[in-house]
Amino acid sequence: MSYIHNIGAYFLMIAEMFRKPTKWSVMKTLILKDIDDLIIGSLGIIAFISFFVGGVITIQTALNIDNPLIPKYLVGFATRQSVILEFAPTFTSIIMAGKVGSFITSSIGTMRVTEQIDALEVMGINSLNYLVFPKTIALLLYPFAIAIGMFLGILGGMAACVFGGYSTLADYIIGIQTDFDTFHIFYAFIKTFVFAFILATIPSFHGYYMKGGALEVGKASTTAFVWTSVAIILLNYILTDMMLG
Amino acid sequence: MIEVKGLHKSFGDAHILKGISTSFSKGKTNLIIGQSGSGKTVFIKCLLGLFDYEEGSISYDGKIFSQLTEDEKRNLRAEIGMVFQGSALFDSMTIAENVMFPLQMFTKMSKVEMEERADFVLKRVNLPDAHKKMPSEASGGMQKRVAIARAIVNNPKYLFCDEPNSGLDPNTAIVIDNLIQEITDEYQITTVINSHDMNSVMEIGEKIVFLKDGLKAWEGSKETIFKTDNKIVTDFVYSSNLFKKVRRMYIEENS
Ligand SMILES: Nc1ncnc2c1ncn2[C@@H]1O[C@H](COP(=O)(O)OP(=O)(O)O)[C@@H](O)[C@H]1O
Ligand SMILES: [Mg+2]
Repeated sequence: MSYIHNIGAYFLMIAEMFRKPTKWSVMKTLILKDIDDLIIGSLGIIAFISFFVGGVITIQTALNIDNPLIPKYLVGFATRQSVILEFAPTFTSIIMAGKVGSFITSSIGTMRVTEQIDALEVMGINSLNYLVFPKTIALLLYPFAIAIGMFLGILGGMAACVFGGYSTLADYIIGIQTDFDTFHIFYAFIKTFVFAFILATIPSFHGYYMKGGALEVGKASTTAFVWTSVAIILLNYILTDMMLG
Repeated sequence: MIEVKGLHKSFGDAHILKGISTSFSKGKTNLIIGQSGSGKTVFIKCLLGLFDYEEGSISYDGKIFSQLTEDEKRNLRAEIGMVFQGSALFDSMTIAENVMFPLQMFTKMSKVEMEERADFVLKRVNLPDAHKKMPSEASGGMQKRVAIARAIVNNPKYLFCDEPNSGLDPNTAIVIDNLIQEITDEYQITTVINSHDMNSVMEIGEKIVFLKDGLKAWEGSKETIFKTDNKIVTDFVYSSNLFKKVRRMYIEENS
């Protein structure tokens, strides 16, 4: 029962978020600040993880191919497919659910606990628009971060080939160009947009509607992480089934 | 003037306010007192429209709050200042930005005009050079002053303060109380203050509403609160040893 109630409240929150918009001059600075906090602040970790996981995928694939009939360029092909289809959009988003999500829940939750949200409301400001809308807009840039992740993942694979000797550079480059399907890119970015929206709104929901004190802010962040991840995994399944299945 | 009639408020099964009627007049510091948990914060949040209530009406100078359109509510809110119990300063903004925030939201002032106005109110609350500090770098007393400055920066007609001097040392508490009273008098604001502090009652209780168990147990002023025989009120007033002693001395002197 309370799940259904929460899902209803979540969609009401999203509708409310678009009502009574905050002055543009103020909103602009909020959006820029959120881009800085949520996107720019995540580029480092996204780059780091993508590069090394890309490398590991290459190594694992290379080590598992011992049949001489399988062409060597498969290593590059497999890395490209894993990185673009799943690793960069989905796996990275789960990590971002931890990083960006807990940041959003705890910052909005703290504002709830310390009555800063009440202060906004008393002034006649739509606090959902003020707090959640800029985060949602900022995360529209999330696909750019994921594109960087894709590039670096494939680059990481290349580095593993060259420096670890798992395949030749030439084979790898042939591999990453083999059977390229632009629809896969389209699919990956549709997923990324959906995940970006989830990353902005589910953690905001848990922060905005929390009750209690500092301890509950911590608990809300954990709950938000769990539900954001669950939503990403489920939507990943549904979107994959719909678009590729 | 703010008038409240038959206000009822529940959370689930818990009936917190059970029909409260009273009024708060302009240019006066109106106090709501009562023990911790007696519903003072809930009452004030109902007045502000932060909580929905089941029954009753609240009117601001004749305008019944629940009958206003969204636009009218917004206009009314631009005339309300609120000092929250924990100050509720925006912790991502400097003190000056906090104070300028309502101006930025609701006026067409230029940056320079806003800065001048913020300067003026920060001086008024005796914080002439804290502009660039972040709220986390300010002491509790300073945060309260900033909260007051933010509440009055847009010339409110109504000012609400939830326990403005809780967590402050006695000297600072009195300074804050007096500051609120001076401002109320100077700008003829209708001010409503929550308190459980007898010192505030003595300092600034021009009108006092006593809440107990969700009801208005007593109403009067700082002059009459020491003369009442109402047991609920005397229990509260003389709960501290200091006031017990004062009362004993007073009775001895007068007998
Ligand atoms: N949002 C809420 N949900 C449920 N109960 C609440 C809420 N806010 C306050 N209460 C309850 O209302 C009662 C009065 O609280 P409050 O107005 O904060 O007291 P105080 O007089 O100390 O300000 C308390 O019993 C409190 O538990
Ligand atoms: Mg209270």
